[in-house]
Amino acid sequence: MSTNNEYYIPHQATWPIIGVVGLMTLLAGFANYLNGSSIGAGMMVLGLLIFVVMLAGWFTLQSIESEAGMYNHGVGISYRMGMMWFIFSEIMFFAVFFGALWYTRNLSVPWLGDEVTGSTLWPSFEATWPTNGPGHVGGEFEPMGAFGLPFINTLLLLSSGVTCTWAHHGLLAKKRNQLIKGLVATVSLGFLFVILQAIEYHEAYTEMGLTLGSGVYGSTFFMLTGFHGLHVCIGAIILTVILFRSWKGHFTPENHFAFEGAAWYWHFVDVVWLGLFIFVYLV
Amino acid sequence: MSAVAAENEHTHDHDDHGPAKGIMRWIVTTNHKDIGTMYLIFALIMFFVGGTMALIIRAELFEPGMQFVDPQFFNSMTTMHALVMVFGAVMPAFVGFANWMIPMMIGAPDMALPRMNNMSFWMLVAGILLIASTLFMEGGAPAAGWTFYPPLVLQTGNALPFAVFAVHLLGISSIMGAINIIATILNMRAPKMTLMKMPLFVWTWLITAFLLIAIMPVFAGAVTMLLTDRFFDTSFFDAAGGGDPVLYQHIFWFFGHPEVYVMILPTFGLASTIIPVFARKPLFGYSSMVYATGAIAFLSFIVWAHHMFTVGMPISGELYFMYATMLIAIPTGVKVFNWTATMWKGAMTFETPMLFAIAFVVLFTMGGFTGLMMAIAPVDFQYHDTYFIVAHFHYTLVPASVFILMAGGYFWLPKWVGNMYDEKLARLHFWLSAISVNILFFPQHFLGLAGMPRRIPDYAVQFSDWNMISSIGAFIFGFSQLMFVYIVIKTVRGKDCEKATDEVWEDAHKHGLEWTLPSPVPYHTFATPPEKIPTEHL
Repeated sequence: MSTNNEYYIPHQATWPIIGVVGLMTLLAGFANYLNGSSIGAGMMVLGLLIFVVMLAGWFTLQSIESEAGMYNHGVGISYRMGMMWFIFSEIMFFAVFFGALWYTRNLSVPWLGDEVTGSTLWPSFEATWPTNGPGHVGGEFEPMGAFGLPFINTLLLLSSGVTCTWAHHGLLAKKRNQLIKGLVATVSLGFLFVILQAIEYHEAYTEMGLTLGSGVYGSTFFMLTGFHGLHVCIGAIILTVILFRSWKGHFTPENHFAFEGAAWYWHFVDVVWLGLFIFVYLV
Repeated sequence: MSAVAAENEHTHDHDDHGPAKGIMRWIVTTNHKDIGTMYLIFALIMFFVGGTMALIIRAELFEPGMQFVDPQFFNSMTTMHALVMVFGAVMPAFVGFANWMIPMMIGAPDMALPRMNNMSFWMLVAGILLIASTLFMEGGAPAAGWTFYPPLVLQTGNALPFAVFAVHLLGISSIMGAINIIATILNMRAPKMTLMKMPLFVWTWLITAFLLIAIMPVFAGAVTMLLTDRFFDTSFFDAAGGGDPVLYQHIFWFFGHPEVYVMILPTFGLASTIIPVFARKPLFGYSSMVYATGAIAFLSFIVWAHHMFTVGMPISGELYFMYATMLIAIPTGVKVFNWTATMWKGAMTFETPMLFAIAFVVLFTMGGFTGLMMAIAPVDFQYHDTYFIVAHFHYTLVPASVFILMAGGYFWLPKWVGNMYDEKLARLHFWLSAISVNILFFPQHFLGLAGMPRRIPDYAVQFSDWNMISSIGAFIFGFSQLMFVYIVIKTVRGKDCEKATDEVWEDAHKHGLEWTLPSPVPYHTFATPPEKIPTEHL
């Protein structure tokens, strides 16, 4: 708990500029890589390295300051607001791809097959979903069914939401054991999800002919599930850090923003998956 | 009294951290004033970079025929001019003012998340560096317009991935800045500074920050799809694979329309902050101003397709977006009438900030009216992609946003540096700008109505005269802005300058907390929240 009634204003920060340099190197490297430049890959690795060092350093600093009681109630509110609005921006990011899926399925694909456009340009094209368009871009493919790995993954993520909340209850009730067990379960379920999704992708590419290049179905399928999978990875890594901090005895029932922020993020990832399961796999 | 002194001693003890020495002061700073200064200087530099590009465009268009640049480079210039001005000049300038003023206006010691504040500034620099680097690449800078419409933009050379990642960096920067502003306003206000007592500049920034968080990820998503369409075989915008290029336009303008309000809402707020001071009256209709801002922000999310009336939407779409767009005139009208009513029977004086603010009210209203003309779908079919739209949005951005930024500069600079600017020179700067900006943009209305398309390096001879006049205005306007740099440098150095009083403007302390602080403002302010809140602005 804070012993200081003043709002903590840090003086001079070196991590932000390091992070900017890292991210810029990473992205400039990626751009060079895409353009076929030989320095691209090296720049990417270097940039990623700098960025990861920044993340580790900055978050270590934050946790040291937090444990030293430098963050009072007001600082905690600022952090919570920051996390909430960050998650809101993430929701808007996913909304773009959900919106693209909606627009494609309900507007542009039917237009491609209607009696004006379709019958004139592509008489043989049937505007059904899933589709890879009148050009059969990417060749024959089999769409991904809902009730195989995706359904198991849904169960995994939903249970991980429960274990995460169970861990939170443990933290609030000062049951350190329950906190750690809950977090171990959440992190394990999260990484298991990622492994199963990797298997699902592997099957799609090797057995079903379904790739990122399989027309607009492949595009929306892999971009939505791919960005979500990336977020699961990030969330699981964050929770792993929280797990280590819990092991070291960090967090009190009053002061545990980092746990809360991570849990909010995890629930957000969970809810996005439900949207994916319904709109990408089921409907 | 002694208790208060002891209290001050105590807080002084905690906050006695001066800036770091040398260049590191700026690189590692977490001070909202330092970061605000960096944003403002960066924005001013970018204003001249983008302005130079505009002058290249106007030089080429001075006469019909191809004079100076090849068409590809001309298109790069229109694209880069827009990107630099929007993301490098106008937005950062307002973020700079937000950084400087919001903590001082609400009685907070600093921004809520000072480290992130530093990061959002440097992320902006990184983004602009990335986009600027494309000027020197094989295939040239992006030339498909700042809207990046596919399929044209997919023909960009090596610049494409750099432009996409620049948008990502600028987006991260804006989102971090916006989160910081929201957290500061909602969490750091002095106890007596209730929401409905906040200066309008703070209110408009609160709403603008919300817009930014909602739209920047949308733009990031859109350009990500461009990237994957080009490099990873996706078919989002390719009809052969079942996609649709029009989808990109919908996503872009879902971002783009609120984005233009990101540039105009803080403009409104600053005007509402400046006009009452020089009219020596409270702002007319304070709460209606707040609600109007909210209404404009809400409407900005549901009108996007008025940018694409000619794309072949169903008639129901045309009608919906037409009527929804016209609704915006209502809250905007509320604002214009409120500013006018604020000045009505006021004991007005016409210092430079007020001159710029009044010019803003008049010229922005004109820009608004041409917007209303284009909101009418059947009429817009004639105006679409002509110089009429160029005239319209430049009226809402240059004599509106840029003028108010100048007004804000003259308004607060004396408070920041403790010296008065040269009023005579500043007025000359104003009159040169106000006259030349009309010579520059007004003829473009005629050109557009006569059918001259936008984004072309050459044109039919019947458009010659007005283009020549427009170009002359452009060069006068561009070079007049150098006066601003001169005046600012002179004021900062303070030689032969009057010292600014603490309230700077007569009775300004009744209008806002920032005027209760000494001039120049100390490095740290409001370590303890102020007891009294001025309410004259209500």
